[in-house]
Amino acid sequence: MSLDKEKIKHVAKLARISVDEAKVDSLTKDLNSIFKFIEQLNELNTDKVEPLTSILNQSLRSRKDEISDGKIREKILKNSPKKNDEFFVVPKVVE
Amino acid sequence: MSNITSQSLSEILESIKSKQISSLELTQAYIKNIENAKKLNSFVTTTFDQALENAKKFDNKTNNEQLLSGIPLAVKDLFCTENVKTTAGSNILNNFIPSYESTVTKNLWNNGAFLLGKLNCDEFAMGSSNETSFFGNVINPVGDHLVPGGSSGGSSSALAADLTPATIGTDTGGSIRQPASFTGTVGLKPTYGLCSRWGIVAFASSLDQAGPMTKTVNDCSIMLEAMSGFDEKDSTSINKKKETYSKNLNDNIKGLKIGIPKEYRVDNMPKEIDDLWEKGKKILKDLGAHLIDISLPHTKYALPTYYIVAPAEASSNLARYDGVRYGYRSQKGKDLIEMYENTRSEGFGDEVKRRILIGTYVLSSGYYDAYYLKAQKVRQLIKKDFDDSFMKVDAILTPSTPNSAFKIGEKTNDPVSMYLNDIFTVPVNLAGLPALSLPAGLDKKGLPLGLQLIGKALDEQKILNIGYAFEKNCGYKNKIKKWWS
Repeated sequence: MSLDKEKIKHVAKLARISVDEAKVDSLTKDLNSIFKFIEQLNELNTDKVEPLTSILNQSLRSRKDEISDGKIREKILKNSPKKNDEFFVVPKVVE
Repeated sequence: MSNITSQSLSEILESIKSKQISSLELTQAYIKNIENAKKLNSFVTTTFDQALENAKKFDNKTNNEQLLSGIPLAVKDLFCTENVKTTAGSNILNNFIPSYESTVTKNLWNNGAFLLGKLNCDEFAMGSSNETSFFGNVINPVGDHLVPGGSSGGSSSALAADLTPATIGTDTGGSIRQPASFTGTVGLKPTYGLCSRWGIVAFASSLDQAGPMTKTVNDCSIMLEAMSGFDEKDSTSINKKKETYSKNLNDNIKGLKIGIPKEYRVDNMPKEIDDLWEKGKKILKDLGAHLIDISLPHTKYALPTYYIVAPAEASSNLARYDGVRYGYRSQKGKDLIEMYENTRSEGFGDEVKRRILIGTYVLSSGYYDAYYLKAQKVRQLIKKDFDDSFMKVDAILTPSTPNSAFKIGEKTNDPVSMYLNDIFTVPVNLAGLPALSLPAGLDKKGLPLGLQLIGKALDEQKILNIGYAFEKNCGYKNKIKKWWS
């Protein structure tokens, strides 16, 4: 299949990335060549193959649901581009 | 000792232990080299003051019995380092200062080493030439205008140029082994789960592994021993007894069975790569190993599988960069959604955006089965190829890359030709196996070429042993002239 510009804009919307109109053509070309490469997989019949979901021969561990740290609000807020004393600050969401 | 920095890590450790050199003198020697090597652009951040303090502290105490006593180390800028900027080669993390330390770097510091600086890499480790870094190209010390490989390109460049005695990188599809091959150094991708992923900026979580990059196989075993180990904070960390790789290093490989996969050839592969492979086979055979022809029939599907799995996981992992909690935030946009879109558009580079879009698409409604599920199934077949082969052999020998280091800019306009660089390294990540790239020879331009040894899961000791024996008998010499200083 081939990806057209509209589809790419839609996927970009899903990924929350604004795409520069001037770059859509080259992006379309690049992505189509990549998908052409990827679609070699269609040569293989995989009807009877189980998908590989974990490479490890072990299941994920579980642990007790208990607090192991805390009181680190300052550390968590430290790298925020916009904050007040207690919160991350974002553009207004609710009118 | 004027040439201390050109020695191997194990030689340097001996000099420190016998007090022929102090940690401070050693650190000063590396700082001098780094200051003279700005042209290579291998460092994003240096931590000289802190390193000098740590060296002095080390020299004032008597305990030097640790694995990495008194050793300054620069590490890839994908490892979070407490209170030291960590960028992952991206504009979106250009101002990020972690308040925590990654487990593998903490393991190195707990073994007596300390931080010298953070090394350039492809943005979010997505690249094979270090050309996608926001902080610019890194130069390969083997020759001006050549790429150092990627994504751990700053690491390979700094190591080969004597700017750090050893280093660590991460390998999602070849990002340790390919740059090691391009610079004539040793690089190991460990078994998935051997080294903790906690505190490493995530790219593709089912493939990412941290590993050592060093000048010798012995150095590699020391570094692996120091950095590996079970970590509760990584849910895929393997809980097993810690191994002493360096103490158990053994060059007797008599009777070992080495698999030679017929599929590790590509169209237009230079004859030099074939010759190198033949040379490697002969060395191992002369040492008493048995060569066995094997088949890994799904090898050609590894890269297409990788380019579904890795971008899919990346699109999910990189969703966290939204300009709210940390990192860059765009000032443009009239509402929250536009703020997200502009932040991500301005903060990420082209290759990262391309992969996020591929990943978002293959996971999107209506396409999941055709792409992602299909890739998971083919991944199963690729793993089965290895499982079947390892019933018959102890290790597998292949070339590390289909070519030597290429020129800066040579492949940037054609993403698929860039991706093809990882054709021999990617299958190993998909199967979660360990693999070691060893310097093995030079091509006719005088550029380093590497051979790769692939092992069974958790069989690092065996491929290190084979590598150790190979190294002793290969006679590889790096021909790097310090043209940059």
